[in-house]
This record gives sequence, C-alpha cells and structure tokens, in this order.
Amino acid sequence: MSKQPAAVVGVGQTHHRAKREDVSMAGLCREAMDRALADANMSLDDIDAIVVGKAPDLFEGVMMPELFLAEALGAAGKPLLRVHTAGSVGGSTAIVASSLVQAGVHKRVLTVAFEKQSESNAMWALSVPLPFNMPVHAGAGGYFAPHVRSYIRRSEAPTHVGAIVAAKDRQNALKNPYAHLKNPDTTVESVLASQMLWDPIRYDETCPSSDGACALVIVDEDTAAASPNPAWIHGTVMRSEATTAAERDQVNPQASRDAAAALWKQAGITSPIDEIDAAEIYVPFSWFEPMWLESLGFAEENGGGWRLSESGATAMDGRMPVNCSGGVLSSNPIGASGMLRFGEAALQVRGAAGEHQVDGARKALGHAYGGGSQFFAMWVVGSEKPTN
Amino acid sequence: MTRTLSAPVTVAFDYTRSTGPVIGRFLTGLRDGQIVGGRTSEGKVVVPPPEFDPVTHEAITDFVDVAPVGTVTSWTWVPEPVKDQPFDRPFAFALIQLDGADVPMLHALDVASPDEVSTGMRVQVRWRAERVGAITDIEAFEPATDAGPTGVEALGTNPVTGVVVPVSLDYLYAASPEESAFYRGLNEGRILGQRCPTCQKVYVPPRSACPADGTPTAEEVEVSQTGTITTFCVVNVPFLGQKITPPYVSAYVLLDGADIAVLHLILGVPAAEVRMGMRVKAVWKPREEWTYSLENIDHFEPTGDPDAEYDTYKQHL
Ligand SMILES: [Zn+2]
Repeated sequence: MSKQPAAVVGVGQTHHRAKREDVSMAGLCREAMDRALADANMSLDDIDAIVVGKAPDLFEGVMMPELFLAEALGAAGKPLLRVHTAGSVGGSTAIVASSLVQAGVHKRVLTVAFEKQSESNAMWALSVPLPFNMPVHAGAGGYFAPHVRSYIRRSEAPTHVGAIVAAKDRQNALKNPYAHLKNPDTTVESVLASQMLWDPIRYDETCPSSDGACALVIVDEDTAAASPNPAWIHGTVMRSEATTAAERDQVNPQASRDAAAALWKQAGITSPIDEIDAAEIYVPFSWFEPMWLESLGFAEENGGGWRLSESGATAMDGRMPVNCSGGVLSSNPIGASGMLRFGEAALQVRGAAGEHQVDGARKALGHAYGGGSQFFAMWVVGSEKPTN
Repeated sequence: MTRTLSAPVTVAFDYTRSTGPVIGRFLTGLRDGQIVGGRTSEGKVVVPPPEFDPVTHEAITDFVDVAPVGTVTSWTWVPEPVKDQPFDRPFAFALIQLDGADVPMLHALDVASPDEVSTGMRVQVRWRAERVGAITDIEAFEPATDAGPTGVEALGTNPVTGVVVPVSLDYLYAASPEESAFYRGLNEGRILGQRCPTCQKVYVPPRSACPADGTPTAEEVEVSQTGTITTFCVVNVPFLGQKITPPYVSAYVLLDGADIAVLHLILGVPAAEVRMGMRVKAVWKPREEWTYSLENIDHFEPTGDPDAEYDTYKQHL
C-alpha cells in the first residue's frame, strides 16, 4: 500500500524574541498552536494526535518536558509523541507527524516544536567539559567554524560571501513580522565589520539565541478538501550518520547528499534549482547557505554554492530565493527552527507568506540539520496534490 | 587494577523559569500569604491552577482564593528523607484538599510519626517567614489547631513572573576500556590508537568499534606525536564554564599514523599565523603534573617544518 496524501493546512508561530518572559513553556507552545489551529479553522477537539519536538533537555533543564506539557498541549486522551534529533528536531518532528497521516493512522495531527533558550545558556549546555578530555570545545560556533574554514579552502570561496548571506537574511527578516532580529541597518559592510567570534565566523554571521515555537496542522486528503490552500507534502526524508569517523566528509556529509537525492526522487524533481521556487534551508551560520546549496544539489560541488549566493540568486527576487523569512540567522529557537523552515516552505506554496511571499511559488523546500551535521530532515511541499 | 577509568563530573546550572500569568498568579499569592486556585469551565476549583482548561483548552483566567485549612485525602510516610526534601527528619507527603478547592494538592505534612497521620484529618498551612514566590513558601502543613493557621502579611507589590531553579546533577563519568587504555598511555607519555581490522583506519582515541563499519577494534597502535593541522578556528568568544582564556586556536590535529584528527590547543605561534597544513608537535606538561588525561599534552606547537601539501590531508576535512 502506498502513502496516503497529506497536506499542511495550518501554520502558526510565536513572535520570536531573546526572552519571552511573558509566557511559560506551555504558553509559548500554545501561542504557536492556537495560531496554527486558527489558520486551519480547527480547534484542539478536532485533533487526533499531538507530536512535540524540542532540542536537548539541557537547554531548559527539564527532562522529558512532554510529561508536564501534556495537558496544556491538549493531549489528554490522545496519543502524544516526542521527537528528538538535536537541531534538526523541528524538521523530523514534522516528518513524524506527517507520517502518521500518510500511514493512515490518524487524519488530523497537530505538531509543535519549541525552545525557550532564555531559561538556560546554550553555549554552556553544548560545552560541558568532560573528564580526561581537552576542554577546547566552544559551543556550536566553535564546532562548525573549522568546517566552514574547510569549505572556504576547498571551494576557494572569497571570504565576503558569508557576509552577503547574513545581510540578505537580515533584510528578509524585516518583511517577517515574527522574526527575532530586526536590524534595518545590516549591510555586507556592517557584517564584515562585526567582531570575529570563532574565526572565520563573525558575530553578524551567527544566529541569535531565541525563545519561540512553531506548530503545524497536518491532515489527510478528505480533511484537506475543506482548506482553500493546502500545502501538499511531495516528499519527506530523514538521514543520519556517525558524528566522527575517519575521513568523514564534514563539509558535505554523505547523509546530507543521500537525503537530498532520495528527496528529489520522491518528489519527482530532476533539477532542484529549476523546479523549487523557494527554499527554507537551515543556516545557523551564514556560510552554511552555500555549503547546503551544494550538498542539496542546487549548485555544483566545490564552488557552485558560493557563486550562487554571491550572485544574488538566493535573494527574494533572485533565481533561487533562500530563507525569505530571514531564516535561522534571524530567529533561532533551536528546537523550533527546523519546523519553522518546514512551515515557511508551506506558507510559500499556500501563497500565505505575506510580505516575504515569492510570487507564484508552487514547490518549496523545508530543510533542517542537527548535531555535528549528523541528522538531516527535509521535505518538499507543493500547491498541487502530488501525482506520484 | 580496574579495567576502566572513571571520574566525577557535575553538571549544574541555575535555570530561570518564566511562570506565565497563571503559575505567576499562584506564586504571587504564596508570597503574599494567600493560596490561589483556578476555576475550570466545569466549575471546579483546582490548586495550583492549571494553565489551560482541561476541557475547553482555553487559558485559565478565573482565580479563587481558597482556605489555608483542609483535609488529608491520602498520604505516604517518608522515614528516611533524602537531600532537598522538605525536612531532614521523617515526615509525611500528603494530598490535601483545601476548603474551597475541589481537588487535592501535594505538600509536606510535619508530624513526628505515622501514627499521627490519618486520611480525613484536618490540617492547616504553616507559612515560611521569608517568602519569595515558590511552593516552599508553605513550609509545611501541620495538624489543625483551634486557633487556625497564623496569618501573614503580603511581602511584595509586583507580581511574580519568574523563578530561579538551580539544577545540579552529579555523574560518575566512565571511560570505555579502549579509552581507558588511551588515557593510561597518556600517563606514560604515549599516544595510543587502535586499527580497525576491516577498513585498516587507525582511530585516536580508540573507539570500541569502528564508527564506519562497526567492527570491534583490538590492535593497539602507537602514533606519532607530530602531525598536521587539518582545520581550526580561533575562539575569541568568552562563555560560561570556559576553561581556556580566549583568544585561543582550537585545531584538528591529524597525528602521523592516525586516520582521524584530534581536537587540541595550538600555542607557540600568533593565532593569525596558524594555517591549514601547518606541521605541529605535542608539548607535554611537566611529568609530575600528568594524570590520565589528554590535558597531559599542554598544547601543540609548530615544528618549523614546511606545511603539508593540501592533497595529503584534504580527505580529512
Ligand atoms: Zn573500519
């Protein structure tokens, strides 16, 4: 038996901020959920199952938060699942939710992902020194900066490309009412002038630390018939790999390439750059835009990515708009960041992205990665029902 | 001699919680000597108030003061209290339905022996003098007296919106047998790895099994103390818990004879002069400072030899 068609009919998100001291974790989730349900013209009573995701528990210091959140999330009397794949969790949570519909298990699934980073300190949480080891770890930036350097060397990229991406995403964020960072004065020059934090990564080339949540309502074909603009799911893929292995490609991981190949095949796409109208790619450090453009097959390896970013093709009015929402570089509630990519892709093909809408977008990519570039989750959504 | 090495590690952080309007209202009440419940859509008064109605799922907005006196509906005796429990002497945990509430709440009941507790007994609040907006503002419940509980004054004017929750977890970190051999080698001034019998790759530190093909590894290999910087970053950012003062160079060093790089510190050269391909050697701490740790190697520093060709290490990026 093949997969049942499934579609996103509701997308909701919070106003992302450095500190949302006005709401509890439950309140943060409900803000996104209530917007998604209103968008879907549904109430919690219409929902069959809840799937929740968030990044490592150390980020809030609450083990298994799904336990205390169950009632507030409206999960009493319903199945409640929690998904956990580090930074990619928002994406994999959406995929688990969609699979419940595609498998015919449930008709209407609500999925929510969140992070309340202000309750902890992610830099600390990712750098706890272990006995016997050398304490040189320095958060996510310290982890990824050497691999960015490897990409720059391998692709012979000019060093200002990261700044072009950062300035572009920060300008896009001005069009997104929910985005965390709103810095109208950000330019390539101002990014280049910002402090070098983890050389070669500058301050303005990094994502902020945000409180926020995202929620989606994913439904079966019959339910989707009532929606004026469902985003049909054309393909979903998750892949993982070992964090460390001899000669593991840390710039363009095998799991990422395999996931992309499987995704395009599922979605019936042969030339991503020609067939995808908008992409929401997980870019927590600006250089990951060109890196993932290559890994995902939008551009040739070892240089095609930075040439695309440098040319302006990834701007909203470019050939291949990337992160019109402002992306992770403008809002990063870690656990929700992947679902925001998936949700923003759905908004694009529903024609519901507001000021950051790409005119006539019909197919869009949502992408997330996590851990030491070891977890990948991605989907393609379209304005038309899939034919395959 | 034990086969594996282990060492204590404590993971501790003072988490800050935003209470939101409902829990905030409850905690504000406790600080001011009042117990606040929430009325649900079915008309039930619940203490502490739930954030969202269990039936309509709407936010709870109808708050009700309940009495500081109630009835025990069930209980359990705690004969040997553990750290951070309400008392260091035996006490009861009790479910107490306060007058005016429709469901019980959990708290400590301060009595000397289980003979003094019974379901149905009347109990009253004993307030703490220093109240901060926490469930522990109620020191405990105690058997009801004719005079009733001693009332207390409100202690603040601003609503409680946040609480600090210190979390501290003590672990015993255990190294695997293979890692233990590696750390023992470091205690002898040697850098040991293991070769995978399937793919022939040499792992430093050794894993119990090859991450690429899953084969258990056994053959011990001593690798060189000289190697090549494959890639690196310059850490300029200070952060909580940091052990090395920035700026410092954190680099992947591919030791000669190994097939995977180790992350270590580069010194003896200005950060701006560190390069991919630079040849470096281990600089050990004085022998009397050695333990069983990669920190026995203080840092790596340039050998002064010509840089390695890019082609010799590019597959390690
Ligand atoms: Zn092997």
